[in-house]
Amino acid sequence: MFRRLPEIETALNAAAEAVAFTIDGRPAKARAGDSVAAALLANGVTACRNTPVSGAARGPYCMMGICFDCLVTIDGTGNRQGCQVRVSPGMAVETQNGKREVER
Amino acid sequence: MSKFDFEIAVVGAGPAGLAAAALAASKGASVVLLDEQAEPGGQIYRAVTETPVRDRKVLGPDYWHGAELMGPLRDSGAAHWPGTTVWSVARPREDAADGHRPLQIGLSRNGAAAMLTVRHVILATGALERPFPIPGWTLPGVLGAGAAQVLLKTSGLVPSGATVMAGSGPLLWLLAWQYLQAGARIDAILDTTPKQNWRAALPLLPGFLRSPYLGKGMKLMLDVRRKLTVIGNVTALRAEGAIGGDSALKSVVYTRNGAEHRLPADTLLLHQGVIPNLNLANATGCAQRWDEQQRCWRPTTDAWGATSVEGVSLAGDGAGIGGARAAEEAGRLAALDALHRLGRIGREQRDQAAVPFRAALDRALTGRAFLDTLYTPAEAFRVPADDTIVCRCEEITAGAVREAVRMGCSGPNQAKSFLRCGMGPCQGRLCGPTVTEVIAVERGVSPAEVGYYRLRPPVKPITLAELAALPKTDADIDAVFKH
Amino acid sequence: MTATASFKPASLCPDVIVIGGGLHGCSAALHLSMRGVRVLVLEKDHVARHASGVNAGGVRQLGRHVAEVPLSVASMALWHRIQDLVDDDCGFESHGQIKVAESEAELATSHARVAELNALGFTHEEVVGRDELRSLVPAIADHCVGALVSRGDGAAIPFRTTFAFRRKAIALGTRFQEGGAVTRLSRQGGLWTVETADGARFEAPVVVNAAGAWADRIAAQVGEPVPLEVIAPMLMITARVAPFIKPVVGATGRTLSFKQFPNGTVLIGGGLLGRAVRDENRTELDFSQVSVNARTVWDLFPCMRGATIVRSWAGIEARMPDQIPVIGPSGTEPDLYHSFGFSAHGFQLGPIVGRITADLITGGSTDLPIAPFHVGRFAA
Ligand SMILES: Cc1cc2nc3c(=O)[nH]c(=O)nc-3n(C[C@H](O)[C@H](O)[C@H](O)COP(=O)(O)OP(=O)(O)OC[C@H]3O[C@@H](n4cnc5c(N)ncnc54)[C@H](O)[C@@H]3O)c2cc1C
Ligand SMILES: Cc1cc2nc3c(=O)[nH]c(=O)nc-3n(C[C@H](O)[C@H](O)[C@H](O)COP(=O)(O)OP(=O)(O)OC[C@H]3O[C@@H](n4cnc5c(N)ncnc54)[C@H](O)[C@@H]3O)c2cc1C
Ligand code: FES
Repeated sequence: MFRRLPEIETALNAAAEAVAFTIDGRPAKARAGDSVAAALLANGVTACRNTPVSGAARGPYCMMGICFDCLVTIDGTGNRQGCQVRVSPGMAVETQNGKREVER
Repeated sequence: MSKFDFEIAVVGAGPAGLAAAALAASKGASVVLLDEQAEPGGQIYRAVTETPVRDRKVLGPDYWHGAELMGPLRDSGAAHWPGTTVWSVARPREDAADGHRPLQIGLSRNGAAAMLTVRHVILATGALERPFPIPGWTLPGVLGAGAAQVLLKTSGLVPSGATVMAGSGPLLWLLAWQYLQAGARIDAILDTTPKQNWRAALPLLPGFLRSPYLGKGMKLMLDVRRKLTVIGNVTALRAEGAIGGDSALKSVVYTRNGAEHRLPADTLLLHQGVIPNLNLANATGCAQRWDEQQRCWRPTTDAWGATSVEGVSLAGDGAGIGGARAAEEAGRLAALDALHRLGRIGREQRDQAAVPFRAALDRALTGRAFLDTLYTPAEAFRVPADDTIVCRCEEITAGAVREAVRMGCSGPNQAKSFLRCGMGPCQGRLCGPTVTEVIAVERGVSPAEVGYYRLRPPVKPITLAELAALPKTDADIDAVFKH
Repeated sequence: MTATASFKPASLCPDVIVIGGGLHGCSAALHLSMRGVRVLVLEKDHVARHASGVNAGGVRQLGRHVAEVPLSVASMALWHRIQDLVDDDCGFESHGQIKVAESEAELATSHARVAELNALGFTHEEVVGRDELRSLVPAIADHCVGALVSRGDGAAIPFRTTFAFRRKAIALGTRFQEGGAVTRLSRQGGLWTVETADGARFEAPVVVNAAGAWADRIAAQVGEPVPLEVIAPMLMITARVAPFIKPVVGATGRTLSFKQFPNGTVLIGGGLLGRAVRDENRTELDFSQVSVNARTVWDLFPCMRGATIVRSWAGIEARMPDQIPVIGPSGTEPDLYHSFGFSAHGFQLGPIVGRITADLITGGSTDLPIAPFHVGRFAA
């Protein structure tokens, strides 16, 4: 579980820095400049996928693009590294369950 | 149209890459700085140009030094392409007509891939946190301390529930200190530094006493120890979820003086040092060697960072851990050597210009041996017990690796073919060092003899669509990258 | 030669030395040791380090050179009982192999191929039309009109397979010596002396040359030059996706091999080449060619366009000018047998060619037609 430092939270509530996006269809709020992974953690989502191997839950681990545990579906494209993509207004982020279906 | 898109490409915009690109471009070379992140800074100076954490005392003066590297980069005229992932560096088959063999860089940006032709590449890909394989390290809620620091720098996020930090090394203490300044909650720090390391490190203390890190480091550690619960001599660790569940972290179990203790935890931050991020260098074919003191693989380089591959050099922590200041100077040295190789400056000019940088590099490296020795992680945390997952992607345990050794696999590449460890998207970044050491111990030989994964491009996954649409002409490339 | 009964420590004098620990070397060793022959395999790196450990695992009769068809059919029978042979299923699964026709003209080629095989008495290949193609491969692109199919074909896991052959051979008494390249081969008084780079010497009455992409160097030692070309076929593999295809798919008009493993990863290859640097055990990928391969998949499997490629690699392989291997006795020296030059499709032939080599060594002949593979065919 993560929270914003108070002054940043205050600024966020006041200002145009806030970005509205969705997590599995639910409305959520992030700060411009947040990565998708950070935005998920800030919204209380610690697990963002289940592994395709055993189905175990995983969440961001390295935040620097090397562990691939932050994989999510962003605007319909699967297997994207949440920690390497910046959240943007209206973005649809979906958590990922197991092996991705190919688009048929 | 010129044969080369740029004379020099620098991969990585941390201190090493920033300094290298700025120096090379300021001497007239055409330079492009390629970096995966949206903003320059690398790991230490992550988001330094736009962090929301504006209270300077939180991240500390070492962090804010990074801002000073931005001006020279801007003024130098080097192109900076953020958000660009480099997935391959190679020489195409044919030699160029003018006798120079160009290098081709495969990169990917905004969902499009392209090849870029350059004459020299400086890899400044930095470090990554050393894998910390303990039971339960895959649970959501368990993160690297470096990862938590990225969250702080880029988003002003700190842990909110019960928080435990565990491990060893300067970065762990730095993060604890930064959290203190920020008023974040830390329930306990579990120090895994092995007691006997002090004995080994003591003879190296005189070097450390001259180190620029000494003063800062001591103050930081004393601050943390005064204000937080630090539990030392931790010899075993385990992260646990809810009983029977694997959904998220619930508690941390540690062993101290032979007895187990349990702490409730929502967040566990692990750290036991950093090691070179060598995937790109390895996949480019650069020779590497096992560094016994730092207990990691590092690409082989000469005093200028030149690797075994002509036209490819390395600078910064990607060539061996030396820290941010050392990275900066190594970047400048690599840039000078590249300028010399490209015929822009003579040998003497290079050597002369290098004098102050080399002196600064030596200063920055003073005392390193002491830190390396003191913070060598205990074997139990490098070579885990059978039931611990070592390969997070394919969920392969240490026991499975040992079993493969008994079946006749003598090195990581066979274990990989046999078990699929290291075959997932992280391409061995989080299991490679562990697999090498597990096999070495199991066989009773040195890690150097066991070897490391042979890595192949793409070093970062790319989509089939990107590959299929790989632009082949200069005009295609311009369309994708130069607007 | 017959396996001698006289006691000699096996470590000192095997009956047969096999040079090369790929699938072909391991298979020869296995079949020989099944007949009580004492074998020593000398491998310069480690078993399955090269083509045999990194190939696409395609177990295919489909589309083979007619000279290879009898061997391929016989090998297929062994694949379907591979567990009995090596005590491991080698990950072998048989869901057929399919060669897609993208136009009526290509489909006509397929019909001609089936007619040619039928005339020779082989019936394993057949042509299917639009609808059946779609029931076999629902994800295939709309423009494909039909396909050539071999239903008994399949795929296995290469490293595991080669390792299984090695393990079984060891269980039957074969010894493996890894890490020393054979540098010299000489024959005196009916005994071969084989020297390795690390200074060791071994002797045996019979030698098998199964040195893959380096086999020409062994042949050159006995004055038998062969026009072997060293090539580096490339492969790439995706992250796991939900299972959507069972057979292995190739194309008629372009290079492709496309298959999904049970774990969900999709392997893409088909023979596009990188560059091999055999003296350094190294290959270099050519991404313009990888891109061509990706383009083919883009065209044939629209659903794959967003798939992520997590790795690519190449293996070092021997190719002969006529694309078929060299199998059988040396033309210059007695008691030397070749088994190399499989030209990027030798994995499927592994089980049978080892048996053929064992037949030749222990009985002087084999029941399969190997004349087309004689090394002498290259002599000017
Ligand atoms: C998570 C983390 C946090 C750290 N925090 C601190 C700290 O606070 N203080 C401290 O003193 N030290 C810290 N370190 C240690 C750090 O390694 C050095 O201090 C310093 O950052 C090294 O500088 P560098 O220029 O060598 O590499 P880095 O600063 O690591 O920069 C490397 C850059 O290369 C980029 N890159 C890597 N591969 C590719 C690729 N294939 N394509 C495109 N771009 C690529 C990375 O995204 C990164 O921006 C940290 C290390 C890590 C791993
Ligand atoms: C990428 C790729 C994909 C392929 N896909 C398929 C497929 O789908 N289906 C199929 O049927 N075939 C396929 N093939 C072909 C198949 O892999 C090969 O034909 C087959 O593995 C050859 O086996 P081998 O034992 O002859 O050679 P190798 O496996 O290369 O073994 C030869 C061994 O000899 C050793 N050696 C060489 N010189 C010496 C020496 N002097 N001393 C000691 N040891 C020596 C080498 O180190 C090597 O290990 C593919 C090949 C590649 C590269
Ligand atoms: S959190 Fe590790 S790759 Fe994103």
